[in-house]
Amino acid sequence: MAWGNIRAADLPWEAARFMTLSSPMARPIRETRESVVIRFAGDSGDGMQLTGTQFTVEAALGGADLTTFPDYPAEIRAPTGTTFGVSAFQIHFGSVDVLTAGDELDVLVAMNPAALITNIADLRPGGLVVVDTAVFTPRNLEKAGYATNPLEDGTLAPWQVMALDITRLTQQAVAECGITSKEALRCRNMWALGLMLWMYDRDREATITWLRRKFARMPAIAEANVAALNAGHAYGETAEMPGGVTGYSVSRADLPPGTYRTVSGTEALAWGLLAGQRSAGISRLVFGSYPITPASPLLHVLAGLRRHGVVTFQAEDEIAAICSAIGASYAGALGVTSSSGPGIALKTEAMGLAISAELPLIIVNSQRAGPSTGLPTKTEQSDLYQAVYGRNGDSPLAVLATSTPSDCFEVGIEAVRIATRYMTPVIVLTDGYLANAAEPWHLPDLSAIPEFPVSYRTDPEGFHPFLRDPDTLARVWAIPGTPGLEHRIGGLEKSEHSGHISYDPANHQRMTDIRQGKIAGIARDIPAQSVSVGEEEGDLVVVGWGSTWGPIHKAVTEARAMGLSVSQVHIRHLHPFPANLGELLSRFTRILVPEMNAGQLVTMLRSTFLLPAEGLNKVTGKPFKVGEILTAIRARLEDTA
Amino acid sequence: MTTTALAPKDYTSDQEIRWCPGCGDYAILKAMTRTLADLEVRREQTVFVSGIGCASRFPYYVSSYGFHTIHGRAPAIATGVKLANPELDVWVVMGDGDGLSIGGNHTLHVLRRNVNLQLLLFNNEIYGLTKGQASPTSRRGTRSPSTPRGSLDAPIVPGAFAIGAGARFFARAVDVQQPLLVEVLKRAHAHRGAALVEIFQNCVVFNDGAFDEFTDRKVAADRQLPLVHGQPMLFGADRSQGLRLRPGTLELEVVTLGEQGITMEDILVHDQRNRSLAAMLVQLAPPEFPVAVGVILDDPAPSFEDVLFEAIAGELEEGPGSLDELLKGGSTWEVVG
Repeated sequence: MAWGNIRAADLPWEAARFMTLSSPMARPIRETRESVVIRFAGDSGDGMQLTGTQFTVEAALGGADLTTFPDYPAEIRAPTGTTFGVSAFQIHFGSVDVLTAGDELDVLVAMNPAALITNIADLRPGGLVVVDTAVFTPRNLEKAGYATNPLEDGTLAPWQVMALDITRLTQQAVAECGITSKEALRCRNMWALGLMLWMYDRDREATITWLRRKFARMPAIAEANVAALNAGHAYGETAEMPGGVTGYSVSRADLPPGTYRTVSGTEALAWGLLAGQRSAGISRLVFGSYPITPASPLLHVLAGLRRHGVVTFQAEDEIAAICSAIGASYAGALGVTSSSGPGIALKTEAMGLAISAELPLIIVNSQRAGPSTGLPTKTEQSDLYQAVYGRNGDSPLAVLATSTPSDCFEVGIEAVRIATRYMTPVIVLTDGYLANAAEPWHLPDLSAIPEFPVSYRTDPEGFHPFLRDPDTLARVWAIPGTPGLEHRIGGLEKSEHSGHISYDPANHQRMTDIRQGKIAGIARDIPAQSVSVGEEEGDLVVVGWGSTWGPIHKAVTEARAMGLSVSQVHIRHLHPFPANLGELLSRFTRILVPEMNAGQLVTMLRSTFLLPAEGLNKVTGKPFKVGEILTAIRARLEDTA
Repeated sequence: MTTTALAPKDYTSDQEIRWCPGCGDYAILKAMTRTLADLEVRREQTVFVSGIGCASRFPYYVSSYGFHTIHGRAPAIATGVKLANPELDVWVVMGDGDGLSIGGNHTLHVLRRNVNLQLLLFNNEIYGLTKGQASPTSRRGTRSPSTPRGSLDAPIVPGAFAIGAGARFFARAVDVQQPLLVEVLKRAHAHRGAALVEIFQNCVVFNDGAFDEFTDRKVAADRQLPLVHGQPMLFGADRSQGLRLRPGTLELEVVTLGEQGITMEDILVHDQRNRSLAAMLVQLAPPEFPVAVGVILDDPAPSFEDVLFEAIAGELEEGPGSLDELLKGGSTWEVVG
């Protein structure tokens, strides 16, 4: 489902090289496209995530820039043919800066009527819809809610329709493979993938290699899938395309030189944490986690990294997950835990303990739509209040947000730096979209990652557990096993001067001030807030955080191309804010804050800086479209004018 | 370094003890420091982890490392300590509300996982620190501020809970019976894996005398069954009473040597590896039966961290992981300028 699952591809390096020439074309005429948005949609069991993922691999290896958007239901295998069982994978790829998964589709591959009815509205007028006619049976039409067959009643008139009997074509392609008819039907997705790879002039070697590896123990299945893939491709090469449909070529992206791979936010974050652990010089990372959508993939990725000093622990519940991480940090490891909103809520009390005991800890929240169980597989960024304010007592901690899949790597490192340098819990806010979305990643120069080695206290002379660094206010990290430093700590208030339990009123005031001051002081140790695009003053600044980076960036860029005075500010450090943020924002006439929540950052900005920030809020479980933000930008500026 | 032998007082911290005068916790602390001294444990390698409640103040009073955490979560925190450093010697201190109510899930899982910890359950059958409400081990009908007409819930039997959770070690002791308590603590320490010790602990303020029925000096010999592996299950001041299987049933019964033809041949011999026997022994209760004390179950199995770190060591034979190789694993491609 998630991108992480296909790392098994592990292609030989040579096969993965850039193709310098496209495959020979039977048809010379290929129109060129700057970028294309394709969505593969079908039943949960139709293999749409794998299909999309493989298309992504081929698009990336072909030199495209890309962004993906896997969108799947919470149900694992909903009843076949139902609208709530539709799983979709969207990819936007091309030669120009591809920052979002795309506002509207150029191509929709709908493997059944339910996939058609739930996705067709996103297809741009004149766009191409590919359907398998064999599954447009009366029963499937009824399950999808069609009164009449949309292939026959003119429903699809606004679009180009490619109605193919993919079922029969697949069955023919695999006839010689010696598999059952049920297994043959499961190859339909590869046939469709083959056709799409032909249509956009992509290679298919990586997919063939992957199929043969995935089904190594079932060679007949492997060869059937390869046959279906090749047949779909050959169909494009040879058959008369209905409706004048032709093949396209998509130019390569002009990316900076270097080594690239595709990466999901989950992978990048896992590796960022690992890089941070390395920079901190901590020998062991203990990851305590409890399965929850959409956070579990981080557990899955880290579980495979034991040789890197990672110990993963699938705890009995969310509370045990964070507590195991706290226990590990207490004993000198890097404790990390991860969940999504409902699970984060359960961890709250334990976060307070880590704040009070002043232990390094990283808490990753892959946000999903709430409240309560909400929409488990749909993205949202509505846990910002929870992260910044959601604990009993005055209990400050640092909050960071990731903005793109590859940004997750840097944020992972930064989270470790802050957690260890300030002996504090750090919450990393990512979301369901970032966790699963993939993009090309220019591999970083690992030798250039700064080191920030931790030092464990060993000297018993003058020791007490709440001795502080005068600059950072971080307390010493004194771990069990160290002779002479035996001490007792906990969640009761501690004396500033000895670390012993203290009920002294003045001491509680001082300790509260110290805890606040320590976190506030992080603002001096993080980069000043910069402007992502545009001037440092003007009519409008669009302020965002998290996974809205792509659509905001694209919208601001387009608005600027129209001559509008608009800039983008995207905040990574949400608590504390960068020291210059308020002053920077005050240089703009208007402040627009798009968020996938009911208005959380906008409230924080207003209350912190007393600035008249305005919200643009969307909670549909889907990312912002560029057009939505652009419209809001124009409305604000026209309003001003 | 604590290379020379230390006295029990050396295992006491400089903190002023804040338990009520006469609290059973004092006796447990005394037995603990005696145990630590007898075992010559290194203070710097020893960690006490606790949750919340009267019992959970325990770590403050021991001169080792101590972590007083949050209500019910000590087993989970202690598990994390072991994941970071399995060489540490970790004791977990819980009360009955802490370990069996709010933290019941963690107690369940730490036992079935068999994490190498000594888990001490101070059972006083009442909530002390919150001023006397009924606890999960309170007997049905307990009158308390929260149950003025008597509690409705059936009590948990900690031993039955532990055996059900798959515990490999379960023992019982009484706070003021120091030799037995020290012996049981040592046995728990020697057991490699999760070792749960239920300590009957008297709360002088809210549940005074809860265990007098079998701990009072006048009746203790007759109402306690001290278990020793390989020894017949005899009790009573003159050791004339014993347990046997009631013929034709799977039930225990109390018999008297010399009466109705009962001889030593009839008396059950304690087998600490027998889970079925343990399951019956933990349920014995007055007035019909004596209360089983001592090591009821000791049947070691590989501990969680032994298995985990052995597997990790196996993987590390291929050499430590390289971040560079990790990033370049899978499909990469070059963009040439």
